[in-house]
Amino acid sequence: MARLKPGVSLGPAHFRVRRSDLVRYAGASGDFNPIHWSQRVATEVGLPGVIAHGMYTLGLAGRAVAEWAGGADRVIELGSRFTKPVAVPDDESGVVVEVSGEVKPTDTAGRVRIDLTVTCGDQKVLGMARAVVASDD
Amino acid sequence: MPLAPDLAGREFPPTPPYDVSRSQIAAFADAIGTDDPLHRDLDAARAAGHPDVIAPPTFPIVVAFQAMSAFMADPDVGIELRNVVHSDQRFEVDRPIRAGDVLTAVISVESVRQAAGTALIATRSVIRTVDGEAVCTAYATLAHRAPEGA
Repeated sequence: MARLKPGVSLGPAHFRVRRSDLVRYAGASGDFNPIHWSQRVATEVGLPGVIAHGMYTLGLAGRAVAEWAGGADRVIELGSRFTKPVAVPDDESGVVVEVSGEVKPTDTAGRVRIDLTVTCGDQKVLGMARAVVASDD
Repeated sequence: MPLAPDLAGREFPPTPPYDVSRSQIAAFADAIGTDDPLHRDLDAARAAGHPDVIAPPTFPIVVAFQAMSAFMADPDVGIELRNVVHSDQRFEVDRPIRAGDVLTAVISVESVRQAAGTALIATRSVIRTVDGEAVCTAYATLAHRAPEGA
C-alpha cells in the first residue's frame, strides 16, 4: 500500500504478458475473440499479430491501482481509452506492460484520483487512463 | 447493413441472471495475476467488511460484455461485428461484486457520433443484483466503421 497524497508518484509496476496469459484471460473473462489467440485471424484483419485484450491491459492497470490503494475494494472508478494494441509474440519472453501513476486531488473528501501512464515498449497503450480510489491520507 | 438511425436513447432488455461464484472470482484474479487476499480468502474479505470474497475492479466486464454482445448481435441495431472496435471502457463502482451475487445488466445507448466514416456508439450498462441493488455502471464506446461502399 502506498501513500496517496496528491503529488505522489506511484510505481512503475511491471507485468510480463505472454500468449498463455491471453488464453487464461479469455477463459476467465469469456471474451474468445480470436484476434487474442489466433495469429491467422489477427493478421487477416490487419493487426501486427495476436494482441492482448484491451480489458486485460486495463485489468493489469487495475491490479496496480488496487495494490497502491490497499485493496481491490478501494477502487471506486477505473477507465481508459484503448489507444494502441499490445502485440504479444509467440515466445517465452512475451512483452512487458509498465504502469505508473500520479496522485491528484478530487473535490470529494477521502478520495483521490490516480492518473495512469500505461506503456509497452516506448508506446503508450492506454489513453486517458485514470482511477478514483479511497484514501485515508 | 446500415446502423439503425434511432439508436441514441434506446434501452435493451436485461441480460439473463449471472451467478458469481468464488471459483470464477479466483480464476479472474489468477488471470490478471493479482494476489489480493480479498479475492480468495474469506476471512480476509469478512475482516474488511464484505460478506464474501470480492472480485477485481475490472470483473464487471464479464457481465457488461454479455450485454454488449447481445446488443451487437441484435439485428435491429445493424452492427457488423467485424467492423467494431472497443475504443474505451470505464467503471463506476457502487460496491464490489462478490461471490453469491446474481447479476443482470441493462445496456442503453447514450449517444452516437459520426467521425470520419466511423460511428462512435457510447453505451452504458447498469449492473444490478436481481434484487435491484446497484453494483456497477460500465461505460463503453464501440467504434463501428462503416462497411465499404456504405
